[in-house]
Amino acid sequence: MMNSTIGRIRNERRKRFTRRAAVTSALFLLVLMLCTAMLMLGNTIYPVQDVVRVLLGEEIAGMMFAIETIRLPRMLAGLLAGIAFGIAGNTFQTMLRNPLANPDILGITAGSTVAALVCILLLQTSRATVSVSAIIAGLVTVVVIYFLSRGNGFSIGRLVLVGIGIQAILSATILYLLMIGAQEDLPNAMRWMSGSLNGVQLHQLVPLAISMIVCIPLLVFTGRHLLMLELGESAALSLGVQTDRTRIVLIVASVIMLALATAVTGPIAFVAFLSGPIAKRLMGEGSPSIIGSGLVGATLVLGADLLGQFAFDVRYPVGVITGMMGAPFLLYLLIRMNRRGNL
Amino acid sequence: MNTKDRLHVEGLEAAYENKTILKDIQLKVPDGRINVIIGANACGKSTLLKAMSRLLKPVGGVTTLDGKAIHTIPPKKLARTLGLLPQSPIVPEGITVADLVGRGRFPHQSFMRSRTKEDDHAVAEAMEMMNIADLAERNIDELSGGQRQRVWIAMALTQETDILFLDEPTTFLDITYQVEILDMLTDLNRKQGTTILMVLHDINLSARYADYMFALKQGELVTQGTPQDVITSEQIKNIFDLDCEVIEDPVSKSPLIIPKGRHHIR
Repeated sequence: MMNSTIGRIRNERRKRFTRRAAVTSALFLLVLMLCTAMLMLGNTIYPVQDVVRVLLGEEIAGMMFAIETIRLPRMLAGLLAGIAFGIAGNTFQTMLRNPLANPDILGITAGSTVAALVCILLLQTSRATVSVSAIIAGLVTVVVIYFLSRGNGFSIGRLVLVGIGIQAILSATILYLLMIGAQEDLPNAMRWMSGSLNGVQLHQLVPLAISMIVCIPLLVFTGRHLLMLELGESAALSLGVQTDRTRIVLIVASVIMLALATAVTGPIAFVAFLSGPIAKRLMGEGSPSIIGSGLVGATLVLGADLLGQFAFDVRYPVGVITGMMGAPFLLYLLIRMNRRGNL
Repeated sequence: MNTKDRLHVEGLEAAYENKTILKDIQLKVPDGRINVIIGANACGKSTLLKAMSRLLKPVGGVTTLDGKAIHTIPPKKLARTLGLLPQSPIVPEGITVADLVGRGRFPHQSFMRSRTKEDDHAVAEAMEMMNIADLAERNIDELSGGQRQRVWIAMALTQETDILFLDEPTTFLDITYQVEILDMLTDLNRKQGTTILMVLHDINLSARYADYMFALKQGELVTQGTPQDVITSEQIKNIFDLDCEVIEDPVSKSPLIIPKGRHHIR
């Protein structure tokens, strides 16, 4: 009896692991294909073998510039930002047990943007200062939302509503800053306004890449604690999770990646929102989907950018395409949550 | 009461937003027994469980486990000795029974030492004890209330603690399931010697299953003792402000209260 139960448990776990491994590998391949496509496609289409040769350092006239200066930075920006948005969004959604509780809707991204615009338009500070201020402002926004939504005991619904309110205030502030800003600073500021991979340079990616190398392992390491938080505060506490400490680690790591990714590509609409739920749907709910959400995020950004570049007569920035895909999904999710009575 | 009992509460005070909920609670939880806390709504029963664990920081007083204040014990270490099943735990969407029960192993695992044979063994044992082995692959969403509650208790059991707190483990369940859950908890207590401290709503079921009872009224511990000591018509009048007669339960021989209402006074 005992042995058969143990066998059953192992079997059930193996099934979950197999599915997770299969989905992760498939997503990984998909991202790899999209990355390759990003390098091959453009005004001229280069064959794969030539792309690989250029990447390995071979000098092929004409191709070097297109690939190393334009397509590679674009591809890497999409890849890194997609992963960062996906993971950060999923972390918030899982931690707060609500897909609506993602950094875009809560106004955390907007908080970073306000700080960045103040630095660019009013203070004319250096790039580094802009990034650091954006991170700090993102964290301050989290703290403000948290305290405003505390009230009589903690409620996630109230947190989402307060977040939406904060987001509205910050959006108005952003418009105001753009109106009073000097004309010559506006192009720099626009980077923070709409999600786009245009004109990204390799050196701009360095801070984001470094933050991801630090933050992603930290988030994976904290992943087990995140799974416990899913069971609710009381259950997590009684299982010995240090919930406050866990939340601080998760929030700080996510906001750092979020702010640095936004500094490179601007807010790419809905990626932080969509990645987690899609990854969960693919992998089976209840499994830690940190890496999966990152890969889904990268797929969304790269896929949307390819569509935006080549599918229409006009070239659309990536944020427009993800926005068009995301809005119906938001409605779908609202309807589904309403039916289940989770709203 | 035995002075060697592991869990002591000394002068415990708890409050939410300046509103005092518990006043100077002094008690020892008898080891290896089924202990039940009773009291009217909002008398502080749940708060007492929370304040005696890590869920709520008391404003005064202390709960000690083996002589050490529980707030000074490392959380994971404490979670290997003291488990608590909250009143309405949150079910994450779409997770399987085996997965959820397995999460109770958290305090025994670390990043370096992830999953072992002992973990699988503990999960299987808990699932068999709660009679849910057949549900291993099912999603929690598909289960009935009674099954779901057994899953949660199984999760608390995989924690393999010597002491288990349960906050109203039978609420919202049909009477059949209430009896089933309480029978299973009794099995656990008799077979493994687990000390149980739980909040129950039903006075008669409490009297039947409890070895020892604590009664709270407006945040104060008004009486404690065996069911025979606690369940008398005078004390029920005091604790619940209810007129009743107490007779002997024909099945368990424990005290059984028969409430009197305005329309049914003999």
